[in-house]
Amino acid sequence: MYVAVKGGERAIDNAHAWLAEERRGDQSVTELSVAQIREQLSLAVNRVMAEGSLYDPDLAALAIKQSRGDLIEAIFLIRAYRTTLPRFGASQPVDTAAMRCDRRISATFKDVPGGQILGPTFDYTHRLLDFKLAAEGEVDATASAPASDDPVPHVTGFLNRDGLIQQETPDDAPPPDLTREPLEFPATRSLRQQALARGDEGFLLGMAYSTQRGYARNHAFVGELRIGAVSVEMEIPELGFAIEIGEITLTECETVNQFTGSKTEPPQFTRGYGLIFGQSERKALSVALVDRALRWAELGEDFEAAPAQDEEFVLSHADNVQATGFLEHIKLPHYVDFQSELELIRCIRAEAQSAQHQEAAE
Amino acid sequence: MTKERQTWMGLLARAPEDRLKALWAETGMTPAFSWLRAPEVGGVMLRGRTGGTGAAFNLGEMTVTRCALRLTDCGSVGHAYVQGRDKSKAEIAALADAILQSANAAVLQDKLLTPLQAEEVSRRTSRAGKAAATKVDFFTLVRGEDA
Repeated sequence: MYVAVKGGERAIDNAHAWLAEERRGDQSVTELSVAQIREQLSLAVNRVMAEGSLYDPDLAALAIKQSRGDLIEAIFLIRAYRTTLPRFGASQPVDTAAMRCDRRISATFKDVPGGQILGPTFDYTHRLLDFKLAAEGEVDATASAPASDDPVPHVTGFLNRDGLIQQETPDDAPPPDLTREPLEFPATRSLRQQALARGDEGFLLGMAYSTQRGYARNHAFVGELRIGAVSVEMEIPELGFAIEIGEITLTECETVNQFTGSKTEPPQFTRGYGLIFGQSERKALSVALVDRALRWAELGEDFEAAPAQDEEFVLSHADNVQATGFLEHIKLPHYVDFQSELELIRCIRAEAQSAQHQEAAE
Repeated sequence: MTKERQTWMGLLARAPEDRLKALWAETGMTPAFSWLRAPEVGGVMLRGRTGGTGAAFNLGEMTVTRCALRLTDCGSVGHAYVQGRDKSKAEIAALADAILQSANAAVLQDKLLTPLQAEEVSRRTSRAGKAAATKVDFFTLVRGEDA
């Protein structure tokens, strides 16, 4: 039961003023600018954009500054802002095959056409603290090599050509949108992809890891992981044609998983898919693994009661804003609720005590 | 015309705000116009496809600013839909769109589109060059049993 209480305004105002002071920290240290956060904490910015479900690096950087680096709080701020925006429409599906790749690797084919491009990766670093970064300094110039204009085709395309992998047939039907309609089960794969794309990275990492440890058996190879820029195109009703309205960075992961087959289809590889805003490869990989695990019914696999196979479990708990909202609300005043519990337990104890007295008397 | 217009509208939308504003200022153009739709910030739902080629799904939104205007002199109408929340960027993009459909197109082509195009190519080439420098050349080591 919810009962409004009044009071505490002055305490709240003072708490918020102190929060602002603590956010600023020691004033003899230079204040962070939003541009510095956007440029130098770009992976945090990417995470806030992905889970806030709004591509706008400046807003995400501002949210990180306002939230003192608490990324879930920053995501919450972005989600709240997003609800104030009028919706102009929907883009055409982005063409990830035309991505201008910063990074593109395949763990399945060594000599993949277009090449293995490492990009700006933490992979192969030694994970030793670099104390040079504690001192301000210039960075060394990055090496450059002649780039080719050759296309960088999707790796799954090669397997597709030989019929060795399950096909992904284009479907332009307007997909369900969980920002407009409540999430309902069973969910289509399109709806699951939307929920996973904005889901909590940590939660999805744990779910994906559980599939690797044997909860839902679907051994995954990284067919391809690519990071880069794609153009965003949208049909403009008042113009009657489509135009490019911007450019975004995406991370795409396609996994190649073990076979399925049926009376009509020969054995084929199956696939998992993850597409995430920004450079977010841990998340893209996690989503691809979880996507694959959630496809058990459509691929005719057994339900092994693994958490990662249970779409109601995964999708209902992947959203960190929902989760933290419900979790954290219990710290807000529940005085009336608790008062009723207190009265109840006193009642029960009084009854139990009087029963004991009676027994003793008898 | 549609093809060309798509090209310049895309180029204007992708242009960095500071460069668009600086190059526009250099043209010295200050045409009189009236708003058909004043600049407005909103969201566009971005879509992807499962498996890269399959069913469309909603990936998340992006901030977009749009506006439409009419030039007072020639009546040419310009539209803009540009990524981000910069209303003056949208205004310049719509003005440029209107002028590029008018008799003054050539000037703007030279002073705005050509440099924006060149700068975009240079940005993309520089990034592609850095990526190319991280391309792996594999070679197979001689295996024990071959020795």
